Order: sequence, then structure tokens, then C-alpha cells
Amino acid sequence: MSTVFIAFQTNDDTRPIIEAILADNPHAVLDEQPAMVKINAEGQLVIKRATIEELIGRDFDLQELQINLITLSGHLDEDDDQFTLAWK
Amino acid sequence: MDMHAAKKKMSLKEKYAHMTRGLDWETSYQSPEKVFPQASFEGIKIHDWDKWEDPFRLTMDSYWKYQAEKERKLYAVLDAFAQNNGHLGVTDARYINALKLFLTGISPLEYVAHRGFAAAGRNFPGVGPRVACLMQSLDEIRHAQTQIHALSNYNKHYDGFHDFKHMLERVWYLSVPKSFFDDAFSSGPFEWMIAIGFSFEYVLTNLLFVPFMSGAAYNGDMATVTFGFSAQSDEARHMTLGLECIKFMLEQDPANLPIVQKWIDKWAWRGIRVLTLVGMMMDYMLPKRVMSWKEAWEIYFEQNGGALFGDLARYGITVPKCITQCTIDKEHISHQAWATFYQYGGAAAFHTWMPSDEEMDWLSAKYPNTFDKYYRDRFTYWREQAEKGNRFYTNTLPMLCQVCQIPMLFTEPDDPSQICYRESDYEGEKYHTCSDGCKAIFDDEPQKYIQSWLPVHQVYQGNCFPEGTDPTVAGFNPLAKVLEWYHLEHGKDNLDFEGSRDQKNFDLWRGMATKNT
Ligand SMILES: [Fe+2]
Ligand SMILES: [Fe+2]
Ligand SMILES: [Zn+2]
Repeated sequence: MSTVFIAFQTNDDTRPIIEAILADNPHAVLDEQPAMVKINAEGQLVIKRATIEELIGRDFDLQELQINLITLSGHLDEDDDQFTLAWK
Repeated sequence: MDMHAAKKKMSLKEKYAHMTRGLDWETSYQSPEKVFPQASFEGIKIHDWDKWEDPFRLTMDSYWKYQAEKERKLYAVLDAFAQNNGHLGVTDARYINALKLFLTGISPLEYVAHRGFAAAGRNFPGVGPRVACLMQSLDEIRHAQTQIHALSNYNKHYDGFHDFKHMLERVWYLSVPKSFFDDAFSSGPFEWMIAIGFSFEYVLTNLLFVPFMSGAAYNGDMATVTFGFSAQSDEARHMTLGLECIKFMLEQDPANLPIVQKWIDKWAWRGIRVLTLVGMMMDYMLPKRVMSWKEAWEIYFEQNGGALFGDLARYGITVPKCITQCTIDKEHISHQAWATFYQYGGAAAFHTWMPSDEEMDWLSAKYPNTFDKYYRDRFTYWREQAEKGNRFYTNTLPMLCQVCQIPMLFTEPDDPSQICYRESDYEGEKYHTCSDGCKAIFDDEPQKYIQSWLPVHQVYQGNCFPEGTDPTVAGFNPLAKVLEWYHLEHGKDNLDFEGSRDQKNFDLWRGMATKNT
């Protein structure tokens, strides 16, 4: 299977997002680089709105991810509740 | 009093359907062929544009909202950077030369990307890609503007930032990135999408922005990191568009496969050649290095590209045919490019230098198979000569590749001591290319590439002197006149870093910032 990844700027907005991703994807591996955080995962990676909302204590729109997004790989599927990256 | 019934919020999918697909209309008094005249000549067959998917499902209203947020964040940092003399916080002033190369060689391409995606959006009959191309077109002009704004702070203090637009259209090495985009823009909308949307954005952009911007962070340049990451936040959307586009073409008709494969082979090679400049920046121009070009190549091209091409194999797509050569080249190209710029440092709009011993140790650790064996002695010799007052500059002009326009500086894949070049005959003339990859591109469309505006040929034809120049006067100095035509000031913008105004000013100002003298 191939690896998908997503990378964000390192800042206060992304801290709970990364925490949520790591909680929802136990197979994901964190790679911290200067000013950026990259998360690698075999096969697929799922970002769940509910988990992020739980951590930040407010409503969250998954499109907000785009503000701090740096790069990603894999096929993307996004709806109101989750953002999925996968190699089919 | 009006009563507003509380409306149920539309889901992302509903909103996307209304605000993209719902905005399309059928033409009535003109035929679709006349409205979209570029949609068919490339031979790509599309049967149902509604099958197009945009996985981000971004609509124009959300687009403005998020882009505005990104701009606010960016400009807060740029203001702080300017107010606090952020330029004095970079590791050392050599670093600033990487920014000069970025401003002259990359930022103007953002502007061309803006024009190209506007054109692609205009030329695609399907509303899905039209909306996505419109957003990307707006992103790209934002990238050009924010980069120019951010780097204008450096223009106040350092040489070489003063006339990037003028230089792009004239300076020898800038024709490499310029001709790459011109080649893509002068093709049709589908080839443009494979060239820029897929090959450049999806396969290669990570190699440009991610390690380079992390490098800027490592070297204390907050302004560049911030514009870089702000631009990069749009790239995830661009990459997704590129990938969707290729899947869409392949799913629409099996006859599209050979055309798409040919474009992938061509544009992967074209893009990788251009990225030689980035490899050189990473290995030689960042005083503090994050990773080597070779390591970045392995992560972002070999691993990530491997996953991508593994996935596209179900459509019959194979890895770009240049892959074997690239695996050899990754150990050499950054050293060969820097050696070339060092020798031609008299005609470059930035300063050059030879690495220190400590930097050479880093290079041999990162390139155990090649650096000590092929490059270290040459670089040490040049450095010693410079220390004795014999700084070496080449005064002749190199032969350029007819396709990628890079000087013939690369070596044979099976012999790193031999310069590689290939020859093609077309209508009684000989044309030279730097590699099998560029030769194949030339031979496929010679009538396009014989038109290349090659800076060296143009200099020799006398087309690169200021108006009114008389080359027949006694003591005529062609190089001086060419630099004048480039708007490059000899002794300030070019030559060695050691002894440059940039070096002196940076030391002086940094001293003033840290001491009470
Ligand atoms: Fe861009
Ligand atoms: Fe882009
Ligand atoms: Zn070439």
C-alpha cells in the first residue's frame, strides 16, 4: 500500500487539528519540520469535523483547513463531516 | 414586517451543485464549436463534462472568505517584518541571493500561471473545470502579488531585486523558467492542464515550495516562509485539480491514454530540468540547510510520485520514461548547476561563492557517491584561486539546449566526466539538445522548438545590446553592453558575494542592530 500525507503550518489553529487527526488515525506518523507539520499514513487518512469541534469547543467547517494547509497527496473526498485522503 | 423562515443550511454537495453546475447555460445563437474553439484540436475526446468532480467542492463565496483570511494573516507578518528590520535576522547575507533567484525566476511565472488558467477556464466547455480554473487563476495572481510585495522589502536594502520583469524577458538563465511556461501556454488547454496542473503542480510543486520554504524558516526569513506557505495553501487545491483533470481525461475515452502519456513524459522531464535551479538553491544557497536536493527528490518524487503512478497504473499510465536518468541525475545536477553559475557569475543578477570546508563536508555526507569524487577538488581549486586573487570567470558563452534552454552543463548518464549533448537535423539545420529527454521533445514538435528565443544565439546575433549600440567601435565590450541591456549593474548586482555591497551592508547594519556604536 502507498502512503498519503497532509502538511499544515505549525501554529495555534492547527494544533487541535493535528491532535484530532492523530486521535482518529492511530496508524498515522507525525513528522515535524521547521514551521510545518507533516502527517504520513499508509493507505488512507481521515479528518473528522466532530473530533476537531470536540477539541476546540466551537463549530468547525472543514473548509477552514485550507487556511493553514501546505500540501497533501492522495485522492481527496470532502463532505460536511469528513475529509478523506486515500490511494484506491 | 417580513417574516424570514429559517432556511435549512445547504450541504456542501448541494451548495457546490447550485453554485457551479447551476451557473452553466447552453449557447443558443452560436454553436458550441465556435464558443469553445480550442476544445478539440488536441485530440482529447470528452463525452460528458458533468462527470467532472471537484473533491474540494469549493464555491466562490467560500473562496473569497478563506482567501481574505489568508491575506490578513500574511500581511500582518509582512508589516511586522518590515517594521522590525526582519531582513537582518536571516542567517547570513548569502541567503538573500536565493530570494533574488526566486523573485526573478519564479514569481513572474505565477503571473503567467494566472493568465494560463484564465485561458484554460475560458476554453473548457465544462463548467466544473471552468470554475476551478477561475479560482486557480485568481490564486496565481495573488501569489505573484504577494511575492513581489514581500520581496520588495529586500529591494530597499539589497542589490539585484530592482527589475525582475525586465530581466525575465532577457537574462540568459531566466529564459529557462520563462520558456517552460511559454511552451505550456502556447499549447492547447488540455496539454496546459497536464503540463502545469498535473506535472508541475501535482508532481513537482512540493519540491519547489515545501523544502525551500522550510529552508527559509530555518534561515530566519519569516516574510518568505509566510508568503510561501500562504501560496502553498492554495496548492493543495491546484494539485487536486491537476489530478482530477488527468483522471477525467483518462476515464472519458480510452483513446486519450497515449496523448496523455506523451504529455506526462514530456512535462515531467521539462519540469525536472527547470527544478535544477531549485536543487542548486537548496544545496548551495541556503546557509542553513534543511535537507539536500537528493533527499527532497527521494521523498517528493520517488516516494510520493511512486504512489501516484502506482495508482494511475489502473488507467494504463506508466511512470515518466525519464525516471532512469533522473535517478542518476539526482546525485549531480545541483553541483553542476552551481559550478556553472559560479563560472558565469559575471553575468548573473545575484552573487555566487564557493562552499566553505564545513559546507563541503555536508555535501559529501549527503552525496557520498559523487561529491568528493567529481566536484570537491574542482571547488577547492576555484576557492584557492579566488583567495589568491584569481577568481575565475568564464567569458565565452555556452551552447544552450534548444528545448529546456539550459546551457550544456549536464553530463552523460553513464559518464559524469563527459558533457552530454544530442543533435537533430531539421530542414537542413542542426539543433542541439542537452539530453535524450529534450531531444525526444524536439523531434516530436520541431516546428515549435526551432522558434525558441535562445539568449546566447540572440547575443551573438547582436539583438541584446541597448538601442543605438555600435559594436564596431574600437574596444567594444560586448558583455558590458549585454549587462546594460539586462539592467544589471556590473559590480553591484553580479560577481562574487565576497566583497559585495550586500555583504558589507548586511554586516554593517547587523552590527548597528546588535551594538551601541
Ligand atoms: Fe502559484
Ligand atoms: Fe499553483
Ligand atoms: Zn534540455
